[in-house]
Amino acid sequence: MWDYTDKVMEHFHNPRNQGAITDKQEGEKVVTGEVGSIACGDALKLHLKIDEATQTIQDARFQTFGCASAIASSSALTELLKGRKVEEALKLTNKEIAASLGGLPEEKMHCSVMGQEALEAAIYTYQGIPLDTHDDEEGNLICRCFGITDTKIKRVIRDNNLISAEQVTNYVKAGGGCSSCLADIDDILFEIAAEREKGVEVATQVWTETNPPTATQTAPPTLTNLQKITLIQKVINDDIRPILAEDGGDLELFDIDGDLVKVQLKGACSGCASSTETLKLAIEATLKDLVSPLLRVESV
Amino acid sequence: MNDCIYLDNNATTKIDEEVLAAMLPYLSTYYGNPSSMHTFGGQLGRTIRQARQQVASLLGAEDSEIVFTSCGTEGDNAAILAALQAQPQKKRIITTAVEHPAVLNLCRKLEKTGYSVTYLSVNSQGQIDFDELEASLTGDTAVVSVMYANNETGVVFPIEQIGQVVKEYGALFHVDAVQAVGKIPLDMKTSTIDFLTLSGHKLHAPKGIGALYVRKGVRFRPLVMGGHQERGRRGGTENVAGIVALGKAAELAQAHLAGVAEEQRLRDKLEQAILETIPNTVVNGDRTHRLPNTTNIGFKYIEGEAILLSLDQYGICASSGSACTSGSLEPSHVLRALGLPYTILHGSIRFSLSRYTTEAEVDRVLEVLPSIITRLRELSPFTSDDAGWLQEQSLVISH
Repeated sequence: MWDYTDKVMEHFHNPRNQGAITDKQEGEKVVTGEVGSIACGDALKLHLKIDEATQTIQDARFQTFGCASAIASSSALTELLKGRKVEEALKLTNKEIAASLGGLPEEKMHCSVMGQEALEAAIYTYQGIPLDTHDDEEGNLICRCFGITDTKIKRVIRDNNLISAEQVTNYVKAGGGCSSCLADIDDILFEIAAEREKGVEVATQVWTETNPPTATQTAPPTLTNLQKITLIQKVINDDIRPILAEDGGDLELFDIDGDLVKVQLKGACSGCASSTETLKLAIEATLKDLVSPLLRVESV
Repeated sequence: MNDCIYLDNNATTKIDEEVLAAMLPYLSTYYGNPSSMHTFGGQLGRTIRQARQQVASLLGAEDSEIVFTSCGTEGDNAAILAALQAQPQKKRIITTAVEHPAVLNLCRKLEKTGYSVTYLSVNSQGQIDFDELEASLTGDTAVVSVMYANNETGVVFPIEQIGQVVKEYGALFHVDAVQAVGKIPLDMKTSTIDFLTLSGHKLHAPKGIGALYVRKGVRFRPLVMGGHQERGRRGGTENVAGIVALGKAAELAQAHLAGVAEEQRLRDKLEQAILETIPNTVVNGDRTHRLPNTTNIGFKYIEGEAILLSLDQYGICASSGSACTSGSLEPSHVLRALGLPYTILHGSIRFSLSRYTTEAEVDRVLEVLPSIITRLRELSPFTSDDAGWLQEQSLVISH
């Protein structure tokens, strides 16, 4: 049984804004975004009524075929959209949809992704951008079972800081059918991890050479030592250890020396020499992302 | 949650109160080890002998043909591996595409160690094709493993007909009868079956106990190696309380066999009323050759998990083969093997009754189900089979 939040169940049992939009006034436009199919096991039709003068979403309604979390995600999405400007709405991520429900089980994150995609489809329709030329359809087909391209996989990895192929499956289903593309997904993850690494290196260089970060700079926020240590501990406990635990692994914070975070790999992680380096990079990427880009990780 | 309407008896069953009463002393007073020399432990040998008789009686077998196991999965594994070890020169296995994972995953593993496995397909009724069976059988076939009745659809295979073909080719015949025992009368004396698996918790005994029938004269090698327990066929100190419980449950199941007709009446009432009152519903699999307690119904255009969670609100327990409930992203391998369209696959619900199911419970389901289905269909963008964008070609999704 899934561990759904009360909010998910509440939206499932009492969905807001279900159905199509049948009426519109002068100066309003109604558009629909469709995503998924009955074959995939979930599908969403999102209807938006947009006031053309103010570029504001007046009404949002949905029709969903899917499980409780798909219905709840759709319902929550419509609530998030009402009253938003079109341009703002386009910035909405699947993470925000899930967060508005108090979170979704990891295996059900693809329900929030479906919401975000339907939203994008609806707004592109409104803006007259042909849907079949959208980025996601370009790129190489990675998952043949569910028809997922590398472009889409990359986007969801970046938006949600994913570090494992299993997570990618949970978010966009890729790899969840015959599982023959899991190795390709691993490659993409590695590529993005390397990208993050490089991005941080460049940023760090710029700071140290021309414009060293000072206490008054806002980005990245400068933390006191105590704040930094507390935050590192929190990220390790909340974001990193649960993921390792899924594979029977664990990690302990050993010491923090300036920007060097020393960790001890435990459980299944410790005996697996080949994965230690990959793991180190993944942990480092997460800490850099959520705490400070200057951090480095060392396994002791 | 004690007053729930439990229609998920193919998943597990309630422990019968008589069974519980019979086993409890063996969890408290009589905690001895049956292998001990002293009376306190040694007397349990007699207790186990009685339970073995009770299980043998239900199967129409001899006492010496019963080996106690820990569960159905162990029985399936032990039987298939024993059959292979007994005939090391034979390298083929035949099974079906709709078996339990206890058989399918073992076979997939065996394929990697040099065995060739045929997974017989089934038609839309869930039945195998005898031509395909005969075409697959060779003198090189070590074992044919076929379930008696399917856990998801309840479809019953023509076991003795299959067994006769199997015997012509000199292969051993294993039957996973976990769902059939206690619901269908069995008689090993007149059967072609060499190995038969059963599980306690499907017939009102607790989890953690099962049994394997091994025909007298069939060579057997243990899966669990250890002491001399079970006459060297299964190592490990006996689960005395579990064995007592299984014995009692077997006795009660045998006494209840005639009462299965009542389960069937209630199942038929439930099924018929659903088909009549709720449009766009279909029964999955062969309705004639089927367990008396099971119905698997496809509710088109909606998704199974949403139905289950809605039923759960009323304390009604059922299950679904939809992708979302399994977490595997793919709907059940059984329903897919039947070649059902996606409109039905994702919205399939299994109701499985037991001897405790009452008419009032069935009536209650019939009272709440129509509005649940209506509500979910109102939420769904699909209302008919020919809505263009939902068909299989749109499997390549989005934008």
